[in-house]
Amino acid sequence: MTREIKYFEALREAQAQCLESDRDVVVMGLGVPGPTGVFGTTKNLVDDYGPDRVFDMPSSENAMTGMLLGASGNGMRPIMVHMRVDFAVLSMEPLVNQAAKWHYMYGGKMRAPLTVRMIIGQGWGQGPQHSQALQAWFAHIPGLKVIMPTTAHDAKGMLIAAVRDDAPVISIEHRWLYGVSGAVPEEMYETPIGKARIMRPGKDVTIVAASYASLLALRAAEMLADAGIDAEVLDLRTITPLDRQSIVESVRKTGRLVVADTGTAEFGISAEIVCAAVEGASESLKTAPRRVGLPSVPTPTSPALSEHFYPRAINIAEAAAATLGAKIQFTEPETGKWHDVPDPSFTGPY
Amino acid sequence: MTPEAAIGGNARPEVEARQELYRSMLRTRRVEEAIVDRYAEQEMRCPVHICIGQEAPPTGVSAHLQKQDHVYSAHRSHGHYLAKGGDMPAMIAEIYGKADGCAVGKGGSQHLIDLDAGFICSAPILASTISVGVGDAWAARQRGEDRVIVIYFGDGSTEEGAFHEAMNFAGVNKLPVVFVCENNLYSVHTLLETRQPENQTVRRLGPPNGMESFDGDGNDVEEVWRLAEYAVNKARNGGGPTLLEFHTYRWMEHCGPLDDTHLGYRSAEELESWKTRCPVDNYRDRLIEDGSVDQAWLDSAEKTLHREIEAAFTAAKNSPFPDAEELFRHVYPE
Repeated sequence: MTREIKYFEALREAQAQCLESDRDVVVMGLGVPGPTGVFGTTKNLVDDYGPDRVFDMPSSENAMTGMLLGASGNGMRPIMVHMRVDFAVLSMEPLVNQAAKWHYMYGGKMRAPLTVRMIIGQGWGQGPQHSQALQAWFAHIPGLKVIMPTTAHDAKGMLIAAVRDDAPVISIEHRWLYGVSGAVPEEMYETPIGKARIMRPGKDVTIVAASYASLLALRAAEMLADAGIDAEVLDLRTITPLDRQSIVESVRKTGRLVVADTGTAEFGISAEIVCAAVEGASESLKTAPRRVGLPSVPTPTSPALSEHFYPRAINIAEAAAATLGAKIQFTEPETGKWHDVPDPSFTGPY
Repeated sequence: MTPEAAIGGNARPEVEARQELYRSMLRTRRVEEAIVDRYAEQEMRCPVHICIGQEAPPTGVSAHLQKQDHVYSAHRSHGHYLAKGGDMPAMIAEIYGKADGCAVGKGGSQHLIDLDAGFICSAPILASTISVGVGDAWAARQRGEDRVIVIYFGDGSTEEGAFHEAMNFAGVNKLPVVFVCENNLYSVHTLLETRQPENQTVRRLGPPNGMESFDGDGNDVEEVWRLAEYAVNKARNGGGPTLLEFHTYRWMEHCGPLDDTHLGYRSAEELESWKTRCPVDNYRDRLIEDGSVDQAWLDSAEKTLHREIEAAFTAAKNSPFPDAEELFRHVYPE
């Protein structure tokens, strides 16, 4: 039987194996060698690989990103960790102006094999500055690769692929996936960057999603199945470079499209997915695509407001049913008193 | 001996080294003049930041650098590139946007590179290469490489947070870096006194970040040479980083080949007074006076440079433009 471990353990294992197999790999970030090890993803790595390779940093996100860029230019393969994506906003200059363009603007002579892990999330009062999902920002920048693994298997395989990639890779990890278990091989392996995956085959409607939204899409597909609608769920895994072909092929098969994203819908990645489908498969589209994402308001803190802010599986199911012209009364499964935790067993800490 | 004691004393480079300092400054001056002369032809279709007047710092610093040492620059980078041994024809071709350019025409004047010469990069966003150079120094030590990193920047960069963050990290970790500030008093058209507290120097920012700092006459190549000797040797011997501030002045407009005193942000008198402190001419006079060079040597140096520069421009103009496919190459490494 294949071993099952949790998503956060898969991330930790990926980093441990990268550190073990390549002397040029280092892991840096605020709290990386600390007692909680960034939600367990870097816990105790310092014990095995030492403070020269697994280390804390000054609260200097901007310069520390540039610093690791310089180290990567010198041949190292650094992993930088931001406990929240919101802190990475302080490092946009070296990421956007420098790292992304390094290879191009120096005529192919420089490489920036830098991996930056950024954690996104939702719930429990994280509020406007601890819950953003900024994948569209990074995906908009030519030269960056953006990955959003959904399963524990992909979390490990894609992080290893990111570290071995010669381009700067932004890894966006959803906090609510950290506790989800899955089959993960013990050996090192790569899940290719740039290839989407059909999580659930179907013929009536395509639901394209990524990260935690892919799990919501799977739940939505179950609701739809109960109503006799066969939904296909395409897990993007990578935002850029985007696997347009898989999107187009799925839409050609089903003729209908719903996109679900953890980020703001307007000007977000869902628009690009819809565009890819329209450009590549407009003749197959039987009805207008729909998207499910966050409204264009900052994240509220109060549970009374955030309850209406984050889309749920039922919203995706409703959108999918609407593309079929079906009016179905879906019933959401009971999730306990609070909506703002991944499941009722979850009691923090965040 | 501390550098300040050295400055107080009479330490000077040997005669051959003096000749080389002069030749190197003159080379940058003549290349920049050639760009200025030809810019109106509209064939160099990228912004150029001319460093005429600021030739002494890169020359005096590079005199102590070895090939494996790495240099990082900002937007006014021609002098830093040439003084470190950057390929001049490749630089000129790059400014012309040609396939033989050091960045295949994708960088232009603001993104020069010559890895063989140890000139790693230049970038126009203020302070952004400072942390990158610090990271190179950190990686060099991590990998056991004998390498000193020199990072050039202007006074404006010291106002950016990234500068302070990078200085802090270099100080905490005692990295082999020489931070070289060329303080030319202006950030584009904005005066230093508008941007920084009165009667303070950039130099003051060294000690709070855990490093020694010195300032000196950035138009006197031998003063630069003395300060840099101390800082580079210290970095090479594990003594950690140093901040050097050189007071200097750019003669031409911020960006482009012209004089700009008509804009009124600086006076013609101020410019003229700095021109009397010309780092190249004054050093030539000094070398004639102390017998280090004679007129025949000077004539020969000029002639050799003229031939080299003319050949570089001819080659650049004759170089092909990059193929259209180059547009899509190198977005991601293959």
